[in-house]
Amino acid sequence: MEHTLQAAAHATGPLPTHAAGYLWLIPFLPLVGAVINATMGARLQRRFGKGLVHVIGVGTVALSFVVACIAFVQMWGLPPEHRFLQNTVWNAFTAGKVSVDLGFALDPLSMMMALAVTFISALIHVFSIGYMADEPSYWRFFAYMNLFVFSMLLLVMGDNFVLMFFGWEGVGLCSYLLIAFWYTDPQKAAAGMKAFITNRFGDFGFVVGVFLLFWALGGAWQQAPDGKTKYVETDAHAAAYVAAARGEGQGVPHVEIGPTLNFRLLRDQIVNTDTGVAEKLKAQKMFGFGILGVIGILLFVGAMGKSAQLPLHVWLPDAMAGPTPVSALIHAATMVTAGVYMVARLNFLFALSATAMGWVALIGALTALFAASIGFFQYDIKKVLAYSTVSQLGFMFIGVGVGAYWAGAYHLLTHAFFKATLFLCSGSVILACHHEQDMRKMGGLGKPMPITRWTYLVACFAIAGFPWASGFYSKDEILWKAFTQEGLKFLGMPMPYLGQLIYLIGIVAATGTSFYMFRSYYMTFSGEYRGHGHRHLPKESPLSITLVLVALATGAVLAAVIGIPYAWTGHAPLLEHWLEPALPAIVHFAEKSHATEYLFQLIGVSVGVIGWVAARALYKDGRSQVPARLLLRWKRAWTVVYNKYYVDEIYQATILRGSVGFARLCSWFDKYIIDGLVNLAGAIARVAAELDGAIDRYIVDGAVNLVAGATLAAGRGLRRLQTGRIQTYLYGALAGAIAIVFLNFLLK
Amino acid sequence: MPHLTLSHFLVVSALLFGFGVLAVVTRRNAVAVLMGIELILNAANLNLVAFGRYVAGGISGQVFGLFVIVLAAAEAAVGLAIILAIYQMVRNIDTSQATTLKE
Amino acid sequence: MNTQFAIFVFLALATLIGAASVALSRNIFWSAMGLLSCLVGVGGLYVMLSADFVAITQLLVYIGGVLVLILFAIMLTSQIQEISVSNRSVGLVGGYLIFFVVSTLLSFVALWAPWRLTSKEPVANTTVALGDGLLGTWLLPFEIASVLLVATLVGAIVIARKEVKSDS
Repeated sequence: MEHTLQAAAHATGPLPTHAAGYLWLIPFLPLVGAVINATMGARLQRRFGKGLVHVIGVGTVALSFVVACIAFVQMWGLPPEHRFLQNTVWNAFTAGKVSVDLGFALDPLSMMMALAVTFISALIHVFSIGYMADEPSYWRFFAYMNLFVFSMLLLVMGDNFVLMFFGWEGVGLCSYLLIAFWYTDPQKAAAGMKAFITNRFGDFGFVVGVFLLFWALGGAWQQAPDGKTKYVETDAHAAAYVAAARGEGQGVPHVEIGPTLNFRLLRDQIVNTDTGVAEKLKAQKMFGFGILGVIGILLFVGAMGKSAQLPLHVWLPDAMAGPTPVSALIHAATMVTAGVYMVARLNFLFALSATAMGWVALIGALTALFAASIGFFQYDIKKVLAYSTVSQLGFMFIGVGVGAYWAGAYHLLTHAFFKATLFLCSGSVILACHHEQDMRKMGGLGKPMPITRWTYLVACFAIAGFPWASGFYSKDEILWKAFTQEGLKFLGMPMPYLGQLIYLIGIVAATGTSFYMFRSYYMTFSGEYRGHGHRHLPKESPLSITLVLVALATGAVLAAVIGIPYAWTGHAPLLEHWLEPALPAIVHFAEKSHATEYLFQLIGVSVGVIGWVAARALYKDGRSQVPARLLLRWKRAWTVVYNKYYVDEIYQATILRGSVGFARLCSWFDKYIIDGLVNLAGAIARVAAELDGAIDRYIVDGAVNLVAGATLAAGRGLRRLQTGRIQTYLYGALAGAIAIVFLNFLLK
Repeated sequence: MPHLTLSHFLVVSALLFGFGVLAVVTRRNAVAVLMGIELILNAANLNLVAFGRYVAGGISGQVFGLFVIVLAAAEAAVGLAIILAIYQMVRNIDTSQATTLKE
Repeated sequence: MNTQFAIFVFLALATLIGAASVALSRNIFWSAMGLLSCLVGVGGLYVMLSADFVAITQLLVYIGGVLVLILFAIMLTSQIQEISVSNRSVGLVGGYLIFFVVSTLLSFVALWAPWRLTSKEPVANTTVALGDGLLGTWLLPFEIASVLLVATLVGAIVIARKEVKSDS
């Protein structure tokens, strides 16, 4: 492609930053809301009703959106390569080479995320007013939601790994709290714990990755005896650089070197080739593997946990136990995209290692296909959406994996809009059907609920990739970039066709996406209402819900504007242009003609249509008998897929059983081997003791008995002193101490 | 107002020590006695750090302080475990009642 | 200097009022709260002595560990309703006597003894210095302390657990 990201990469100097002293307000405001509702919410609710609680909850998030908009305006006014707002509040701690600031930074990428997070969560907060109206602990819900927004903004805006990790854990915690919101139901509480524990596995990888990165950055520099920092290897660049850092040379701008946790500093070190950091990292090995690959894979393990990628995806479908606004906010729009954001944030690092890129893209592609196939046969409407989320996250990872970072970020944005729409529509449907989630008991809801129906349909078109809605632009850009990426490696081995393979997997998954989404649409909204168990027919939801649906669906369509591809207009897409300064990685794609690109876009649209037509033929109005017949024919395969490929059961059998088995093994070892040794030693000792005892009994005892008799007599006499009360002893001890002090004075 | 000197800290520490002794001597509840011991340890620790700052210089006082904190934590854990064990045995933690060893 | 002295007075008051309530409060729960105030105050005094790492350790170990442990012990050993009666004091006269004697004597020593003050500036980056010290000069005590902690851990578990009769 002719408009690669070269331009930004040529900026060799440190990134210019601009102070913006108000940035801390963006995460701080939701925190204030959370604290107020958490500490005083119960009282406020009793005193002033639920109105005040949600005014605080929604108001703080909306205000933080306004502040984010102000930041956006400021950033818009700056020249592109200067778009970096920094607000360091104070130095959190410094210990040796680790220095961590409580600092917030916005570059175009985090700006996009901050706007999306605050905007969508403000809307979802509004939706919750209607959805949670009957909930007694209303205040608790809003406190958790605000806390979640705070953690997410910390994750997005923190300017170093520590703050990001803080937010990373914070969203995990809030996710646990909100999934288990109705904690009296053991199943829901268990779902919360499952999410938490699965996330821990991922977080462990993330932390180890960060440590390893820190270590790798520091290893080759040494403190010279004269106190100056020196590069150990005799690298011409580095020598020139060190000279410049000391202010001797000229032309090489000053970048601080050495281990760092700060994103901007890391970016400067790696992007600026004069520092030699990039070469050093590339050359460094650990156990024969390139250390960059190991770091990338470990960091991605963290992303796998948070973003529900194979094989750590198991928690996300279970997370649907939480209230629907939670599913929309956390498990569709924001938290699960944290992994994608992290990879995009560290694009300069991942781009250095083809191994890490190939790993990310391959896992993404496999997840996309795997989750889409499970989505085919689910009956719970929220489960369908959950697997669809897992699958779409897979697409995002294909994007950031093959090096199309802006496309991954763009899909993140469009997905946030259409998936939030879908989830909130499903919430509206669930509310109307009296908390029924089984699509077999729905149907015919299109007539009584027109707004929900149309917004759901719009979002379906968006996710299936029809060219008038946003999903098409992001998904096709990702798949096209995957096809033209030929430099990927798999665990160190070059595989030029890995990109094409990923494209193929992706296109099959896209067909599946279109099929199961329209299946859910037809099962829910067409035909006759099948839920006859209830007396009332479903009716449209209140205004606070429908308004949000319309706003989000509009967003899902309009987001298309910022991603119209280069081949159509001759200009880079708006969003790509906007994100350019934040994505300095240089990634090469194969050159292909525009005709080929058009052909691939045609394929993309046609697979969407195929899925739509198939779903329409099979599920419209619920009349067709074909699904039932197919089901009978492929019963065995269906059972395997319906039970989610038994992944949960496999975990149960391997990891849980395994750890219990290991514990048993240890116990056995302890009982028979260790105890046996001890008994042997005991037996030897006993024989020796028998001998010794014979001597003892006749010679020593006589003497001992004499002493013992004397001691006993003395003890009888002295026992009266022992009152058994500590207090008495203490008086004695202190009296002694005081006496010694006085004696000291007297003797002087 | 005067300049901060070593004596200020020592006086605070002396009073802290006194309160600790008072708690240990007068309390009947074993947990409260343990709290008094914590006060005494804190007073000693404050002295160590203050001497380290004003008299010895360097960090040796702080290292001592750290070790005392570690020991205090260990002591509290064992002490409370003993209290719990006594409670399980006699359903009471009054120090004047636990006199089984006396006879 | 004035602000510094004001902060010192504030911290000292927090410490001493907390300590007084540990020693004198009727309700053992309030005693525990007094201990909290006292420990925080002492932590603040450590900061004033430029011992920031010790201050943080004080907060972590004492307030995060010991105080929580004490609260647990209170909850486990007394019916909550009876907390107020289970904190009797005895021998208050003797107690006050020893309190006054000990604290006046110590204060007297603190104020009048000719301390040989050092002119050294306090160490700025105590974390690094302490880390070097603990793994250098004081390595042996450090290791012994770790052994002690293991022994404590095992001992506390053994003492506090309920005896379970095994069938096998």
